[in-house]
Amino acid sequence: MTARQEDFRRLLMERSVPGRVGAILPTPDVPLQKLPDESLLRKDLDMPEVPEPEVVRYFTNLSQLNFSIDTHFYPLGSCTMKYNPKVNDEVAFLPGFAGIHPLQPDYQVQGALKLMSLVQDYLVEITGMAASSLAPLAGAQGELCGILMIQKRHQERGEGHRLKMLVPDSAHGTNPASAAMAGFRVVSIPTDGRGNCDLEALKKEATPDLAGMMITLPSTLGLFDQGIVEVCRVIHEAGGLVYADGANMNALLGQVKMGDLGFDVMHLNLHKTFSTPHGGGGPGAGPVCVQPVLQPYLPAPVVERRGADGRETYTLVTPEKTIGKVAASHGNFGVLARAYTYIRTLGDAGLRQVSENAVLNANYLLERLRKRYHFPFDRRCMHEVVLSADWQKEKGVRGLDAAKRLLDYGFHAPTMYFPLTVAEALLIEPTETESKETLDLFVEAMNAIDREAGEAPELAQGAPHTTPVRRLDEARAARRPDLRWQRDGG
Amino acid sequence: MQNGGGDHFQSHYMPNTPHERAEMLGVLGLDSIDDLFTDIPSEHRNPPLNIPPPMSELELRAELQAMAASNYDAGSYASFLGGGVYNHFIPSIVRPLMTRGEFLTSYTPYQAEASQGTLQAAYEFQTMVCNLMGMEAANDGMYEGASSLAEAALMACRVTKREDIYILDTVSPTYRQVVETYARPQGLRVHVLEAGRPRLAEGAACLVAQYPNYFGYIEDLAAHKVAAQERGALLVVSADPVAMGMFRPPGELGADIVTGEGQAIGVPMSFGGPYIGLFASRKEYLRQMPGRIVGRTVDAQGKTGYTLTLQTREQHIRRERATSNICTSQALLALASAITMAALGKRGLRQVAELCYHKAHYAASLIGRIAGYSLPIKGVFFKEMVVQCPASPSVINRRLLESGVIGGLDISHIMPRCMLLCVTEMNSRQEIEALAGALSEFSR
Repeated sequence: MTARQEDFRRLLMERSVPGRVGAILPTPDVPLQKLPDESLLRKDLDMPEVPEPEVVRYFTNLSQLNFSIDTHFYPLGSCTMKYNPKVNDEVAFLPGFAGIHPLQPDYQVQGALKLMSLVQDYLVEITGMAASSLAPLAGAQGELCGILMIQKRHQERGEGHRLKMLVPDSAHGTNPASAAMAGFRVVSIPTDGRGNCDLEALKKEATPDLAGMMITLPSTLGLFDQGIVEVCRVIHEAGGLVYADGANMNALLGQVKMGDLGFDVMHLNLHKTFSTPHGGGGPGAGPVCVQPVLQPYLPAPVVERRGADGRETYTLVTPEKTIGKVAASHGNFGVLARAYTYIRTLGDAGLRQVSENAVLNANYLLERLRKRYHFPFDRRCMHEVVLSADWQKEKGVRGLDAAKRLLDYGFHAPTMYFPLTVAEALLIEPTETESKETLDLFVEAMNAIDREAGEAPELAQGAPHTTPVRRLDEARAARRPDLRWQRDGG
Repeated sequence: MQNGGGDHFQSHYMPNTPHERAEMLGVLGLDSIDDLFTDIPSEHRNPPLNIPPPMSELELRAELQAMAASNYDAGSYASFLGGGVYNHFIPSIVRPLMTRGEFLTSYTPYQAEASQGTLQAAYEFQTMVCNLMGMEAANDGMYEGASSLAEAALMACRVTKREDIYILDTVSPTYRQVVETYARPQGLRVHVLEAGRPRLAEGAACLVAQYPNYFGYIEDLAAHKVAAQERGALLVVSADPVAMGMFRPPGELGADIVTGEGQAIGVPMSFGGPYIGLFASRKEYLRQMPGRIVGRTVDAQGKTGYTLTLQTREQHIRRERATSNICTSQALLALASAITMAALGKRGLRQVAELCYHKAHYAASLIGRIAGYSLPIKGVFFKEMVVQCPASPSVINRRLLESGVIGGLDISHIMPRCMLLCVTEMNSRQEIEALAGALSEFSR
């Protein structure tokens, strides 16, 4: 590491020099007022004193330590790391959107409410549902809202004893976590040899205490469940409702509507399917869409359109039997504005092509990688594909090693060890915004890693070699948590 | 004419041309794209999709600019609206830095070696949140202030293994609703207490306070701590981070868990989000904390580096036994807030707080002198105050708007004819005097 690199990783508090300032504020233009009693005021504020140019250089240098979509192919399965259009950000920062307050009366913010109303309409159209609420702030919050609606509906029908929520063994961890937060008992349903939901196991759990089932479609194995209509039928017959986790909607835009398949409620991840930037871990938005049976329970608020023919007005309303509010305001509006811009830019034709190209790209990778890698489900995939590095593991290179080695080849790693049901899983999602040339380069890198596994496994075992740091001691991080800078070193 | 000519729409976001699609399908031994979707039941394939046709950036931008311009924004009007979301100064460096593609378009930093920028910035954020709030451990942020408070109440129940949440009536009514939404399904009970002399019953898990409270006034946290402690309950505080530039931090006053709406530091109001929920606690409760936490460690060669840590609390490991279901959160806004705190620094944070204080109190002194107006709450306030008006606040607000002023929050459903008025460093003396002038038109 060069001296320069060492320098730019010094923390703000280590750079701080008493007397330096990073921003100038106005001198008070009002007569100074009497300050409150000393006992209410803080004695000290231990915050950095760093001049503006240094703050800029520090954070710019930090940014360059990241892989990102703007700089790298990022085939992270189940995360839909597609290109994030810049115009979307520009729209979100328009003064008339960024500068409005959520508690302004409706008549002052008609433009923003109209945008929200249209987003509701588009999502309802895309999912084939009846109504939508944009309130949930991320996918996991959308899940929680969805199953709270199911719960409330059961309770209002005098079926509050329905406390069992089924979740496939391949599900994302948020599904069981959300179910538990909602007070459900989680029962895991196995996947059959074809990668579909095990119908026989499902039927055994279709008992009178069944509340419903949470299903990701396509599944986290990248597969469209061939028995999905039957699965929904079994749940409904037992008196349950079916929740769709829309995390993988990028495979299905314009190809099929979830509402037509029998789902009662679903969430969408606007930061996946609708290209709003992931921001290093958020913001997201997790709107929920429902069939008429759950519409009265939607999280508050929703936007209602009144009038017609160019004289429409828009109002925030609270659904009749709402599960309540899940945040102080009415959704991550800046994310909604980005998604709106994306939907309008692509239009009907473009949205269909998103899924076509996403599925084509994933299948192309599957076809080109299948000679050297083990694909546990030998069938057409959707927008993502899961492989097992168990052939490489026999040569001493685990899935983790292969993933880390990819970083040296200039590609972000796929999702590792997920789904949990596939040994040495690497879940690869190329997305529609990548070109054939990029996919071919990725295949070459994967093939090279397989060759290396035979010839020099230590290359992958010690990878990455080219990143700003090597593998980190995570055990130490957890054993002795060092979570903030302290003057005495903690 | 469709872009690309003929019937084919060629999007600028997708490289595959019809020719390349055919070539790739050839590699798969397929004739058409439809062959990729045969697992979907044929009767449900290719449904009608009633979405407008594609639109160029040039046209769309014009349409959206008009839609945005139809709103009344704080750049064009003098705004005195607060109630949990605030118009504060954001230094010019924040937006270009936070929207750098390397930050903006990266994922949650599961691959630490490829995400050191995001991770180190998160560690900075955790450090500054702790210092601001006087706490020992902070996470990398929650969705926003209200759900952050709700998660804190759930955490207090886990820590104490109790089921009764006591919440002061001076906590934002909306925040209380969100706590209800989160607590009810788990069988936890929420009790609302009068703030004057809160009395907790035996078996209380926590006492929840807001600081400054919903009405803008400083709560006696030390007294609340005593009330909580008597019952072995935790003190949970939702604090305005801007006020912490001058007021004693909740950690010093005995808070066990501190949350807050971080929007006020570096994040535009954006009609409700995206924001950043702050979350900090005492070190001993660390393993019950929700959300992402970044720790400092060393790499295989002994070099300092950063990584997500204590992940066994989280849903992707612990599934139904996780401390929370939270996954994607608001990391980018934590970054915006960290950059803002870094730029404002020790001196700027104090200055912003004092500017708010002086301007708000100046406004109060002017308005208090207008016949028909009064400040019904006695006590020390920060940047917000309750003003009782001679007429309905909503009627007054419509008139204020004609004078270029967005008035305070109508809280007449809580206190008759009252508005919650907010003054920040963004309001000039001229604006404050214009507000007072416009209000006096309604005076008795």
